[in-house]
Amino acid sequence: MNAVEIGGLWSVFRSGGMEAVIHKDLDLTIRRGELLSLVGGSGSGKTVLLRQILGLTQPLRGSVTVLGKPAMQLTHRGAASRVGMLFQHGALYSAFTVFENIAFPLRELKNLPDDLVRDAVMVKLQMVGLDPAQAHKMPADLSGGMIKRVALARALIMDPPLLLLDEPTAGLDPDRSDAFCDLVRSLHRELDLTVVMVTHDLDTIYDISTRVAVLADKRVIVNAPPRDVIAFDHPFVREFFLGGRGRRAMGLLSPSVQAG
Amino acid sequence: MLVHQSSHPIARSSDRRLPVLCVNPSHPTSNQPRPDMEDTQPRIVIEQLPDGVCVRLLGRWTAEHLAGASHWRDLQAALAALPGEVHRCQWDLLPLRRLDHTGAQLLWNFWKRTWPENLAASPGQRATLERVARFSTPLPPRGKPTVWAQLLRLGAWVIRREEHLLGALRLIGQLLLDLWQLLRAPRNGPWRDISGNLYRIGATAMPITALVGFLIGVVLAYLMSQQLRQFGADAFIVNLLGIALIRELGPVLAAILVAGRSGSAITAQIGVMRVTEELDAMKVMGVAQGFRLVMPRAVAMALAMPLLAVWTTLAALLGGILAADLVMGLSPGYFANALARAVAVSNLWLAMGKSLVFGLMIALIACHYGLRIQPNTQSLGEGTTSSVVTSITMVILVDAVFAVVFKEIGI
Repeated sequence: MNAVEIGGLWSVFRSGGMEAVIHKDLDLTIRRGELLSLVGGSGSGKTVLLRQILGLTQPLRGSVTVLGKPAMQLTHRGAASRVGMLFQHGALYSAFTVFENIAFPLRELKNLPDDLVRDAVMVKLQMVGLDPAQAHKMPADLSGGMIKRVALARALIMDPPLLLLDEPTAGLDPDRSDAFCDLVRSLHRELDLTVVMVTHDLDTIYDISTRVAVLADKRVIVNAPPRDVIAFDHPFVREFFLGGRGRRAMGLLSPSVQAG
Repeated sequence: MLVHQSSHPIARSSDRRLPVLCVNPSHPTSNQPRPDMEDTQPRIVIEQLPDGVCVRLLGRWTAEHLAGASHWRDLQAALAALPGEVHRCQWDLLPLRRLDHTGAQLLWNFWKRTWPENLAASPGQRATLERVARFSTPLPPRGKPTVWAQLLRLGAWVIRREEHLLGALRLIGQLLLDLWQLLRAPRNGPWRDISGNLYRIGATAMPITALVGFLIGVVLAYLMSQQLRQFGADAFIVNLLGIALIRELGPVLAAILVAGRSGSAITAQIGVMRVTEELDAMKVMGVAQGFRLVMPRAVAMALAMPLLAVWTTLAALLGGILAADLVMGLSPGYFANALARAVAVSNLWLAMGKSLVFGLMIALIACHYGLRIQPNTQSLGEGTTSSVVTSITMVILVDAVFAVVFKEIGI
């Protein structure tokens, strides 16, 4: 079974009598176990696509199927055990401590005893590389990198098979960005996750993704492993991957990939 | 088939013909996944084997399924009923449909955080258990408040009160300076802000103030007419209603409505600007917050409140006239004539003066709380609540002061 199947998707925004078509007959299939990067220029509808996968936005036409069910049914009870989402700015509940933030989905189940929830939270907290001493801090007291880690721990607390990341490395310094990529890669491998990631960061794309889907002309123009995407002939791909920035980042591709 | 499955979370099989089944790693996933609900229920099956007890885990040991209505209770009962020592049992995890970290944690805690001697698990399950084993630590205790810390907290509370007062004083001083600057150079004033706020605070509040005023007028006139009729003093309703509405109720009603409506809006607006760092952006650009945020709102409020008070009073009087006409047969013409004789014009000026003070106060309190909001949702909620509660309390308090002072003066 595929993790995500999108067929004939149309997304349209209406504002003040104007219609803006974001996606036009978009098709995308994400297989289980992939680590897919969604790439596209600003305004190409990457985040909207992510919201469609999450069931936060109703498609005008077309179908979005996530883990074998329509995406709109995803936000029902128990959604945290199906999909984890890391929002761009973390979206931590600012009134809760770090611990309470991560424990929230488990506590919402109501039936699990406190000590089990506590242990499960402490395990996840350390799995994302945070110190147990951070548990009682408030989100306002955390740095950007730590907020992302806490948000990741919260997204993973119920071990969902599908993890969505919106610009996971935006706003992190290069070191932290690399560390975060390592974390995502190891979690992807260890937890057998399917990861979908929206990013502009070429380093991140080359570093961790197994596939890249490029959004342009209101649809997915190519969905393939990184080296095949680079070979694809399209103005956006040339501009994005083979411009000056792109060539610098290409050093990260392993030699075998470059040779192939 | 070897394992007798049963709908109970615990089932014992006394089948002894085939030993050592559950430590065999190549053990076929003996339980054909059944499509019914039962298959997902996390449960255990206990088997008596010649060399001990074998505990076989079935179903989906995930947070979601463990938390299912009766699953947790059933599973706990089954685990509690486990015969013999936990670590002497053979644990077979292979038939599990899924084991997540919460399920692994439950198991690990049940094993008293040590590995059992005999465990059959897939590499994935083992990895999950190992992660749980590695990372299981107690939650570090939250620092307990000592007497000294509580004393310090009391001190901090007192200092915060003082800061509140100083902040309010600073805001008033800043407003005076800003007004002076506006008078000196009116061309540079934030007139668009002022007119925008005037519209939002004043014009858009007209329907609701009119409605509330009208209804209060009707209710008061009706109740008064009943009381006055007992004394045959019907005609005095004009004096009573006139003084009550023009001098007291009109301004106070309008002020309370505006405090709830616009005071909260101002606090929330400025508070969100803090959260989204818009306030900092203004500061960086060298735009004075007092001049661009506080002063326009204060001026708009000070202009709008007296007008709204008169508007509310008019609506209330209209309601009163209508009710008096219907209940007591007092013609509107008579009411209008009598009103001019009964209520001196000075009352109207007093009401408008009072309203101006109310307006300034509501705007300043709202801005004061708005500027103090911390960048989190809880603080935003608390700030808005405090703003409205404080401004309404202050309106009533100041109204009482006005009543006492102007009674002494004799207006």
